[in-house]
Amino acid sequence: MIGLFRRPWVRRALSNWIQPAAIAGILVFAVMRGAENINYRWQWYRVDDFLFTSENGAWAAGPLVQGLFVTLEISVLSLILTLVIGLATALLRLSSSVVGRGLARGYLELIRNTPLLIQLYVMYFVLGPILGWGQTTTAIACLAAFQGAYTSEIFRAGLRTIPRGQVEAGDSLGLTRLDNYRYVILPQVLRNMLPPLTNEAVSLVKNSSIVSVIAIFDLTTQGRNLIADTFLTFEIWLTVAAIYLAVTLALSTAAAMAERRRAGA
Amino acid sequence: MSGDTPSIIAFEDVSKWFGTFQVLRDVDLSIGEGECVVICGPSGSGKSTLIRCINRLETHDRGTVRVHGVPLGPGERLPRELRGKIGMVFQSFNLFPHMTVLRNLALAPMRNLGMDKEKAEETALSYLERVHIGDQAEKYPDQLSGGQQQRVAIARALCMQPDILLFDEPTSSLDPEMIREVLDVIFELTDSGITMVCVTHEMGFARKVSDRVVFMDHGEIVESAAPDTFFDAPREERTRAFLNQILHYEASA
Repeated sequence: MIGLFRRPWVRRALSNWIQPAAIAGILVFAVMRGAENINYRWQWYRVDDFLFTSENGAWAAGPLVQGLFVTLEISVLSLILTLVIGLATALLRLSSSVVGRGLARGYLELIRNTPLLIQLYVMYFVLGPILGWGQTTTAIACLAAFQGAYTSEIFRAGLRTIPRGQVEAGDSLGLTRLDNYRYVILPQVLRNMLPPLTNEAVSLVKNSSIVSVIAIFDLTTQGRNLIADTFLTFEIWLTVAAIYLAVTLALSTAAAMAERRRAGA
Repeated sequence: MSGDTPSIIAFEDVSKWFGTFQVLRDVDLSIGEGECVVICGPSGSGKSTLIRCINRLETHDRGTVRVHGVPLGPGERLPRELRGKIGMVFQSFNLFPHMTVLRNLALAPMRNLGMDKEKAEETALSYLERVHIGDQAEKYPDQLSGGQQQRVAIARALCMQPDILLFDEPTSSLDPEMIREVLDVIFELTDSGITMVCVTHEMGFARKVSDRVVFMDHGEIVESAAPDTFFDAPREERTRAFLNQILHYEASA
């Protein structure tokens, strides 16, 4: 019996499936018991309608799925902007320009040492009106500015891992600086950076829930509004959490697959 | 030899410092078109720095370097169209690890010589044949041996149809059994008309291949002579001491 647990496939199954399943089971049990103790009346059957509605046989997205789309839209757009800001900041920090390095450093310290929520308020109430930005633009700019600061450090580390000889080889072949970055340096940097970049994308999706404070109808806002209407606190928050989890797990899985494919090449 | 042909590379009173350390001391050197010059000397003597000043991976601090007649002052870089005309082969190969061999070769001609993909790959293949590894085109650099990688690097430089080829210790990071295949390929280039400047410790190769051997020590050119004269009747005491060391070692190895 003890020998069984030593077998590799049993151990793998234990760590991959049985342990997580057991932990999930315990959690669910604890929540159910807790809810029972405060006499919570579960109404899971009502949640379907918040995901999808059907009228006359035609399916339409319910509020939660609509919110998910807004969350995805904001996340994708700010991820793109994050990469641009991250790369630009990293290049500035590694540049020989004193002003450039100072700017990048100042931006980085400002963002890293103030709360995200305050940054969002400043952007929404101060910068937004000055620049004439709407909620969505403000939200995307704020998330990208925040995540871009962290991503720039990843880019900087990534750029430093590229041996000098690679740049010199490109130079000696007469490649322009831009071509050197585009064909020689960045592809190698991105390959090294894939795992930490996935982390950034995941935190971006999670951090995007903060835009609910400036009246954007993202997943979190939709969830909160539904709860205000229906008082299904447990069901809605658990569903919202599960949807975020599904998105971030899908991201991590896709990145892991991409990495494995590249490692095989 | 250098007197007979117009010079394609010329150092005029060139000095360079790394901080307070002077790596090049008033170097005067003229290299003729089509000439093959071997530069040797103890490590730290400034050989690599000297050839890196030709394609401006390093810039000098005093004097003038002329390449193709273009005078370059302290700190000045090369115009890009000239940069492509000077190929360089590095000690550590510096192939692009994320590209196949074929793409390593085809990239620069596509971007800089205006070749389309088909033409660039066709050219690339012909150069791979020339360095005897036409069958490795689809592999990635880390699937090749050191000697093969260095031959790819040579072919990559050739794809840009350079007038000048710089070799910076091309065999120093190779296993002994692979040195020969790389030196053979370089030897085969001597009748191509390309001007070659080669930093190397391979004295047998220097004697066989070069038109001239330049000996450097402490950042200055100590002696410069045709290989027979250089090896059989060196004028300078420092040259003799160096050759004694290195040839003695070779004889006993």
